Amino acid sequence: MSLILDHVNYIYGEDTALAVHALKDINLVIPDGQFIGLIGHTGSGKSTLVQHLNGLIRPTGGAIYYNGEDIHDKDYDKKKLRSKVGLVFQYPEHQLFEIDVFKDVCFGPKNLGLSQKETELRAYAALKQVGLGDEYFYQSPFDLSGGQKRRVAIAGVLAMKPEILILDEPTAGLDPKGRDEILDQIAKLKEETGITVILVSHSMEDVAKYVERIIVMNRGSVLYDDEPRQVFQHYKELEQIGLAAPQVTYIMQALAKRGMKVGTSATTIQEAEQEILRALAH
Amino acid sequence: MIRDITLGQYYQAESVIHKLDPRVKLVATIGFIISLFVVDSWVGYVVAALFLACMIKLSKVPFGYMVKGMKAIVFILMITVVFNLFLTPGEPLVTFWKLTITKEGLRIAVMMAVRLSFLIVGSSLMTLTTTPNSLTDGMEKLMGPLKYVKVPVHEVSMMMSIALRFIPILLEETDKIMKAQIARGADFESGNLVKKAKAMVPLLVPLFISAFRRANDLAMAMEARCYRGGEHRTKMKPLRYRAADRAAYGVLVLYFAGCVAIRVCL
Repeated sequence: MSLILDHVNYIYGEDTALAVHALKDINLVIPDGQFIGLIGHTGSGKSTLVQHLNGLIRPTGGAIYYNGEDIHDKDYDKKKLRSKVGLVFQYPEHQLFEIDVFKDVCFGPKNLGLSQKETELRAYAALKQVGLGDEYFYQSPFDLSGGQKRRVAIAGVLAMKPEILILDEPTAGLDPKGRDEILDQIAKLKEETGITVILVSHSMEDVAKYVERIIVMNRGSVLYDDEPRQVFQHYKELEQIGLAAPQVTYIMQALAKRGMKVGTSATTIQEAEQEILRALAH
Repeated sequence: MIRDITLGQYYQAESVIHKLDPRVKLVATIGFIISLFVVDSWVGYVVAALFLACMIKLSKVPFGYMVKGMKAIVFILMITVVFNLFLTPGEPLVTFWKLTITKEGLRIAVMMAVRLSFLIVGSSLMTLTTTPNSLTDGMEKLMGPLKYVKVPVHEVSMMMSIALRFIPILLEETDKIMKAQIARGADFESGNLVKKAKAMVPLLVPLFISAFRRANDLAMAMEARCYRGGEHRTKMKPLRYRAADRAAYGVLVLYFAGCVAIRVCL
């Protein structure tokens, strides 16, 4: 049960003067149950990459396998793939269209051909998973606040019960509180259901706290693919491609440089605190 | 997907045609369209085709790119051809069931197809080589005299430039929303007409909302910059004819005279 990308290449506008080589020879294995951060600067190809994962874009070269089957085989059921690999687009609230919240969340499972009862059960469960109270269910989605709209949109994908959930910049345009709430909710969801989550972002700070693996994209290629603490060791290279390591990395590096005997691999404030206390105790 | 439609979009390139004054290109396009209806012999169409081919060559827009944008119009073209083919009275050529293809019908159908496709390629050459902004600048200048008969020239050209500017944006938006709904299992392709029309709701509602939102934002941004219409507005880059533009007018006059001559003499 995994997703495999084998030498995937993608060129926008192939054979025109405007051709852009958006993905260059991407090889990735995404096993079950991982929490992955996909990071890259604007235009690094991360959004293009995630659209390959559920077959929305066909690679111009290479192949993608889900559970051992080529997703671009002629008789492969793409609709089923899309229910298993749920993709939440950037600003997903722009795709809401139904007259009330509940109906909008029902759209996905209904398209899968499920019974009315099953559809509604799933919609209810999904709305609960994103932490939206009953009082919102029969409101127009357009009357909600930005953060609430986004939850509804995420619930719309969750209601299809995906095995892999991909979120493209789920926190874009939200205030710090809304951002933390959404990310915490996703982390909780991951813990409870054990699904694979891929979090696309350009902010290291956002993902460092949650994910167990970081894939860094730069100009259409995978630059690093490792545990967060390993990736952040390259903080200087990350800066060069317009990204940054979390602030604690900089503090630990600066302390180490000034002669304090601390390790530099802390990724969260808690870890940094413990590491500094340990160093001071010696 | 939907972004493949190239009609009405600008194609960036360094060419003689790109550098021409937009007024020249506008007049040339109108002239070319008129010329298509002036000529009615095969010689005339060959001349028009040659003229068009030269312009395409000069513009450095790849021919394949232009044709790709025409795919959307093939359907409309086919309707015209079919109607002309079967519904023109005259000397019958082939008859099957109740339908008759006449000699005159065949002639008109082919001529119509040629005219229409030249017309479309010719006018898309203009939009491919002229940015929407300079196009409306040119239009405003050309229609300038109409101001004296109380035609809101500036307002009309502003509306046109906004409409043109929004075509690629809305296409991109359509593409995005379509993908988002497909990711939720929506199906835009299969089913009968009623089912297909119903399937458009999840696409059209968000699209309308976003169009209104964008229009609101734009109006706000224009107000914030104190935009209040055409009176006393100056241009950063006023349009001025140069040698190349005059030469282009010369070429156009020659071509047009040629077309008229063919019509009169043949």
